Amino acid sequence: MQVEAYAGEEMVLNMGPQHPSTHGVLRLELETDGEIVKKVTPHIGYLHRCFEKHAENIDYPGVIPFCDRMDYIASMNNSLGYALTIEKLMQIEVNERVQTLRVLMAELNRIASHLLSIGTYAMDIGSFTPFLHCFREREKILDLFEWVCGARLLYNYNWVGGVSHDIPSGFVEKTSEFLNQLEPVIAEMDKLLSYNKIFLARTAAVGIINKDLAESFNVTGPNLRGSGIQWDLRKEEPYCAYETYDFEVPIGSGQFGPVGSCWDRYYVRVREMEQSIKLIRQALDRLPEGDVHEMVPRRVKPPKGEIYGRTETPRGELGYYVISNGGLIPFRVKVKSPCFTVLSVLPAIARGAMVADIIAIIGSIDIVMGEVDR
Amino acid sequence: MNFFREILLEQLPGFREFPSIVQTFLPMLLGCLVCLALVALFPLIAVWLERKVSAHMQDRLGPMRVGGWHGWAQTIADGVKLLTKEDIIPKGADKLLFKLAPLVVFVGGFAAFVVLPFSDQFIVSDLNIGILYVVAISSLGVVGVIMAGWASNNKYALFGGMRAAAQIVSYEIPTVLAILTVVIPVGSLSMQEIVKAQAGGVLNWFIFQPVTFFAFFIFYIGTLAEVNRTPFDIPEAESELVAGYHTEYSGMRFAFFFLAEYANMFLVSAIAVTLFLGGWHGPWLPGPVWFIFKSMCLVFLQMWLRWTLPRLRVDQLMYVSWKVLLPIAFVLVLAAGTIALITEGPA
Amino acid sequence: MKDTSEILQILQEKFPKYIVKSNLESAAPFLVVSAKALPAVCGFLKNDKDMNFESLMCLSGVDYKDPKTEDDRLEVVYHLFSMSKKHKLILKVELSRDDPKVPTVENIWGIANWHEREAYDMYGIQFEGHSDLRRILCPDDWVDYPLRKDYVEPETYRGMPAAASKQFAELAEEGEDLGTNPYRAG
Repeated sequence: MQVEAYAGEEMVLNMGPQHPSTHGVLRLELETDGEIVKKVTPHIGYLHRCFEKHAENIDYPGVIPFCDRMDYIASMNNSLGYALTIEKLMQIEVNERVQTLRVLMAELNRIASHLLSIGTYAMDIGSFTPFLHCFREREKILDLFEWVCGARLLYNYNWVGGVSHDIPSGFVEKTSEFLNQLEPVIAEMDKLLSYNKIFLARTAAVGIINKDLAESFNVTGPNLRGSGIQWDLRKEEPYCAYETYDFEVPIGSGQFGPVGSCWDRYYVRVREMEQSIKLIRQALDRLPEGDVHEMVPRRVKPPKGEIYGRTETPRGELGYYVISNGGLIPFRVKVKSPCFTVLSVLPAIARGAMVADIIAIIGSIDIVMGEVDR
Repeated sequence: MNFFREILLEQLPGFREFPSIVQTFLPMLLGCLVCLALVALFPLIAVWLERKVSAHMQDRLGPMRVGGWHGWAQTIADGVKLLTKEDIIPKGADKLLFKLAPLVVFVGGFAAFVVLPFSDQFIVSDLNIGILYVVAISSLGVVGVIMAGWASNNKYALFGGMRAAAQIVSYEIPTVLAILTVVIPVGSLSMQEIVKAQAGGVLNWFIFQPVTFFAFFIFYIGTLAEVNRTPFDIPEAESELVAGYHTEYSGMRFAFFFLAEYANMFLVSAIAVTLFLGGWHGPWLPGPVWFIFKSMCLVFLQMWLRWTLPRLRVDQLMYVSWKVLLPIAFVLVLAAGTIALITEGPA
Repeated sequence: MKDTSEILQILQEKFPKYIVKSNLESAAPFLVVSAKALPAVCGFLKNDKDMNFESLMCLSGVDYKDPKTEDDRLEVVYHLFSMSKKHKLILKVELSRDDPKVPTVENIWGIANWHEREAYDMYGIQFEGHSDLRRILCPDDWVDYPLRKDYVEPETYRGMPAAASKQFAELAEEGEDLGTNPYRAG
């Protein structure tokens, strides 16, 4: 390791792997001049659990629990991406009930993930109360998931060709009840946090990701939409029959500052929760009959070939590049995680910010280190 | 002091026979013990209250078990725990400053309690420079915070200490100017005089007078920053600096910081009550009861603000102090002086 | 919106010798580019108005060492996408196992910086011209490249055991006394 000569005034501050607000084990090396940050170097790899190496040693369905553990906040979406990719490779068409259930679970998980993201972001900024309100609602979603498949956080729900459990009777009513009671909570959070002058002062002019930076660094998901770019994979390359649903894609409009600020990204997430509620209501209405294990193959043995499948998770575009050599075990599974790409933008947008702004920026790009490190 | 002298004269037989030096110092000791009891007792209640208030605002319950009814003994249990913890001093820390810092912070707050007028008799020491003394001695706390930040040999603590120094020193100025707007009509710095000037009904309280109404808000916001409460709690911002200037402190030393913070909360609320809310004036109930009740209302308000508002960034904090509060405070002092000149004529 | 065969035609006109191979029949058609030509081709693909591949979706390293086939090479696979034109392209670069060198594309797509660091970390592929080629996921002093097919785990890392230890079931089958059975005497 080289020791550079610092120009006397600068201090190297380590926001080390253990820190209350770096959302996981992320090490940020800050070179600061007083409170102004001159350079940020993120160091990752503390949560590297060798997903890709594991995937080369177990069979295709066995990879699904590993997929869950990458972005552990939004597991349904991870395994959905993988299951869809393998199904495309094997040319399996699942029935409508499976598609609807997948949309239902993915959107519920999107709400849960955004609730956590908003809650922890508020806590980082110093407002402790929304954190508990968000977690109270998230608990109800996790209870619903536990009812369906027995697990609160890591579900192993989306299988290749189907889903693991059908929903129990009473689930539709309970979920509707929950949604009715969630809408006022989102409105309350808007009142408490979104337009609060102090919150705006902390976030509305900070961490601007402009369009060129976003495209060059492949920023996706709410981070991209916060920069004013209308791009959602659920609309552009629909999967699971998303084209048959009626929903909007909120984008950041620079209401309180330049477009692409932390506030825009935060606000996109709040509005996305409302759109997810709309989607879930439509999914609950149309739930067709069917057997969820109908198209699950006895042995998952895709033909020789390769494929790149991508889906829209709460954090952005998750891509699976799967190479199959015709056997029971994948030859190569490469995961392009959205948090990995958006974290690489951090050195570019954090230059010139203050230490408190670094916290605001990291909270707004909503990273989960499990996904960054895999 | 006379109050305690009277008590000792009545209660302690043979008091008159004591040597004169004991006769001088025993009332002082008694007064200080009363203050110490308050400073030790109030945080006990305040920490429990804060936990309950925050819990109910966040749709949960807070302490419920320790001691039976709503966990009232929780703080005592926490205090015992802190007392029995290992005393860890970081390797490169400046030992003397490290050990001294919590004491300096504590003393800075504690020493100001001696001029709080709990009732027209009950004041430990009715200094004729009462409010000036409070402002001066509570600035000792800043020295302690900087000492803690520096001596910890920890960059986070240093950051916290520097931020705290900048913040507290900046907010002293509008606070003192707000105090000035009260001192001008009263014509005296003594705390009892200020309270007595608000006699004769609720409407005579300074909060309902035209100029000092605004001064109350300046004072309250300024003192929120003095005691490092959200939205001004960047020196101990949990999510940014782990724990700011008291990161490296554990056990009883940390308990001192904690005690000092809550004691300070009561202190500034009590001063606000004295200056603006009529001190111990109130119908039927004795003076101390009203004084403590009013102070606790302001303490509750401080807690309410903490759990509602996010935190300001350092430069925004400085902006609020120097470019918003300070000009308003200057205008208020000018207005107070002008009104005094008009109503009382040139001195 | 162009498909791969059209792009291949345009590229073959513009860069006659750079496209080494192509496979347009498979479900995921790809073009193989020679390593030296990569920056030129990628620069054209990004900046040309008809191509406009402003997004590098994924950059993966792959180790094609399959005992069943004759393959023994490393590859870098580039998945390109154009949000404005909505077309995709897969580029591959084939590299030898002993000396895998590719020019970097981090000046064209900023995200390539971290992706290439990961490919270096996992496969040992050297990206020429990269501004900061060091390990990203493994510790800085890790030896060897984990995702290669011929990777052997080290026995220890800085004194800690690193190779996978035997599972309890294996040990029990081999007859070892694990001392964990509650019904065993003693």
